[in-house]
Amino acid sequence: MPSKPITVALAGNPNSGKSTIFNNLTGTRQKVGNWPGVTVEKKEGHVTTNGYRLTIVDLPGTYSLTAYTIEEIVARNFVLDEKPDVVVDILDASNLERNLYLATQLRELDTKVIFVLNMADLAGHRGVKIDGDKLSELLDVPVVFTVGNRNKGTQDLLKTIISVAEADIELPRTRRVYYGKEIEKAIGELSEFMRAKVGGRLPYNIRWIAIKLLEKDRIVKDQILQAAGSDGEAILDEAEKKRARLRDFFDEEPEIVMTDHRYGFVAGIIKEALKTISTERVDVSRQIDQVLTNRLLGLPIFVFFIWAMFQLTFSLGAYPMNWIDTGVGWLGQAIGGWLPESIFQDLIVNGMVAGVGSVIIFLPNILILFFCIALFEDTGYMARAAFLMDKVMHLIGLHGKSFIPMLMGFGCNVPAIMATRTLESEKDRILTILINPLMSCSARLPVYILLAGTFFGAKAGNAIFSIYALGIVLAILVGRVFRSTVLTGKVAPFVMELPPYRAPMLRGLLIHMWDRSKLFLKKMGGVILVGSVVIWFLSAFPRQVEFSRNYDAEVAGVSAQYRARITEAQGETRKELVRKRQEAFSAIDSQRARERVERSYIGRLGKWLAPVFSPVGMDWRGSVAVLTGFVAKEIVVSTMGVLYAGGTHEDEKSEALKSALKRSGMTPLAAYAMMAFVLIYVPCVATIAAIRRETNSWKWTLFSITYSTCLAWLVAFIIYQGGKLIGLA
Amino acid sequence: MNLSELKEGQTATVVRVGGEGPFRRRLLEMGFLQGTQVYVEKYAPLKDPLELILKGYHVSLRVDEAARVQVENIQGKRT
Repeated sequence: MPSKPITVALAGNPNSGKSTIFNNLTGTRQKVGNWPGVTVEKKEGHVTTNGYRLTIVDLPGTYSLTAYTIEEIVARNFVLDEKPDVVVDILDASNLERNLYLATQLRELDTKVIFVLNMADLAGHRGVKIDGDKLSELLDVPVVFTVGNRNKGTQDLLKTIISVAEADIELPRTRRVYYGKEIEKAIGELSEFMRAKVGGRLPYNIRWIAIKLLEKDRIVKDQILQAAGSDGEAILDEAEKKRARLRDFFDEEPEIVMTDHRYGFVAGIIKEALKTISTERVDVSRQIDQVLTNRLLGLPIFVFFIWAMFQLTFSLGAYPMNWIDTGVGWLGQAIGGWLPESIFQDLIVNGMVAGVGSVIIFLPNILILFFCIALFEDTGYMARAAFLMDKVMHLIGLHGKSFIPMLMGFGCNVPAIMATRTLESEKDRILTILINPLMSCSARLPVYILLAGTFFGAKAGNAIFSIYALGIVLAILVGRVFRSTVLTGKVAPFVMELPPYRAPMLRGLLIHMWDRSKLFLKKMGGVILVGSVVIWFLSAFPRQVEFSRNYDAEVAGVSAQYRARITEAQGETRKELVRKRQEAFSAIDSQRARERVERSYIGRLGKWLAPVFSPVGMDWRGSVAVLTGFVAKEIVVSTMGVLYAGGTHEDEKSEALKSALKRSGMTPLAAYAMMAFVLIYVPCVATIAAIRRETNSWKWTLFSITYSTCLAWLVAFIIYQGGKLIGLA
Repeated sequence: MNLSELKEGQTATVVRVGGEGPFRRRLLEMGFLQGTQVYVEKYAPLKDPLELILKGYHVSLRVDEAARVQVENIQGKRT
């Protein structure tokens, strides 16, 4: 017999322990994605029990169900439009009053609701006792007790879900919020008006629609217009009249009065169902905060935590990074040896394996970084970090919580952009994503080391530092500009709960970490593969190059020239000759490699783009290097190795490359302009994939690419031309 | 008097939340109702935002946001 499907939505305040309950219910069988059209994370899981297959959807944590935030709209629409069989509202028992506010709104929707009193043990510690039966009776809703972090009450909850889903109960019509005589009259009249006008054509419960129209809910207004057309206009006019009357009567916006009434209703329940058994409260969290958000110690401790996070990420992560590096190298060689030398082999080894390998190497860092972030979030420290840093971030028009993603950007922009999911407001999230690449990631460092090391000698450190500082200054400026142009609107109010500290659950942390890392592997893997292949194609084709010189003949000439002399010579002279011949060979090979790149598509593209880059002090070789940096910024160094020094294995410490750069006519000023360009221009393909994923929009992705490239050019132009003007060149 | 003028350790009663629609509503939904007692737990190390306790939970507000909350009946030490 196939099991019967039941859809369950989990609702609740942020920090109510919702995700723990979700993990307890579904275990690891969960799917993380986005809600359609928005960047709010959607989690879905399944559990099969007693012949039922439950699909559990974790709604975004919200304090209310207005239309002000995208999370609230998503949660509300799911309940209204997808009509889950049961809505489970998780209430933090130690903070019942505020949690019940959302509960009253859920009960106004046409849906079966179960209340879960979570962490009732903690409430006990805080001197509060809740009478579950009383609560159930007062609200006409089944109540289940759970202790999420000890996995207590999960079976109870499952049983209740099934029995409620199966029961043919009347939806609670009584025991609802009474909004007072005036407002109730308006609700009644407006409902009548709608019923007379459009009757059954309205999508939801009429009382609810009336309430929402009186609250001036923009989404419901749009829906009415859609559902009822011209009659809709009449309804909205009527609602507006009623609002005006109520406003006159109360000398206050109706929605404010209604909020007051909901809290009044909640206060009545609290009075009856909640007993304060002792006034001696031990607030451990408060004591912890006396240290962690202390006026003097708070910031140093925060800095220490962040430092520890980076230490852990990059020092501990270095070991597995090396293994992966070795593994990828070995794999490339193995495939290279196994496949016959051909274009196909080149594609696999130099295109796919090398390209994907250059990104997958960051996986250990990403795992550790996300583990730390999950730890910050699950313990409740993240809110404190936001509390400490808000003043600084507010300068850019951002929320304190944006600090962590911005900081992570110095490590790698990909996990940093993925970490913006912790931000509640969509605009904050997009702004943080847009300016994140200005935080100079570790992959750009080799480029700076090379250029600064070559041209600034003992002052290289200062030059590199100034580039990092330039990134931060630009982030502040760009952030402010975007805030007042493309991302206008009010900065989300910083009404942020500082939840009690909680001991994290290892399982929760691991699920958290793995969910995000999986996204990295799956999505990044695909895009990076394509990106690497494209860049490989551009640099490997056309295969048949018309070389300006006949290199094969030159090689043959060199070998002929030395052959006779080597056979004649003896001892040291012979060794010397062999060495010289080798040098001559490599010189030819370098020339050939350089010319091959020069004549490849990417080389042609670079030459074609050279006029664009010359005002910022880069020749065609610089522009090719910058183009290849699109795959990963480190590649800029190896491309420069090929183009300037003709070597295929140059790194940032290569003396040959350094002297070749000096000979190339590049000036320190041009080198600095190039460093600035590399800092700012298009982030690597993995970052673009992350931006695309997290903004869920090609528009923002293209915007990010365009603005960063234009800004890079502009800044490099100002540096180069400005520097020339004041005589620095 | 408004909430941002309070010192650490002081308690006051909310009279009215000012400001614009969504902000007011959000604050009300978080429990800043007329007659609610609010305790100023602390200011952040950079003096902004501030941490408050009301209805048994901790919440933070920026100083310019707290300035829109009118309070009365201030109690507690004045330092």
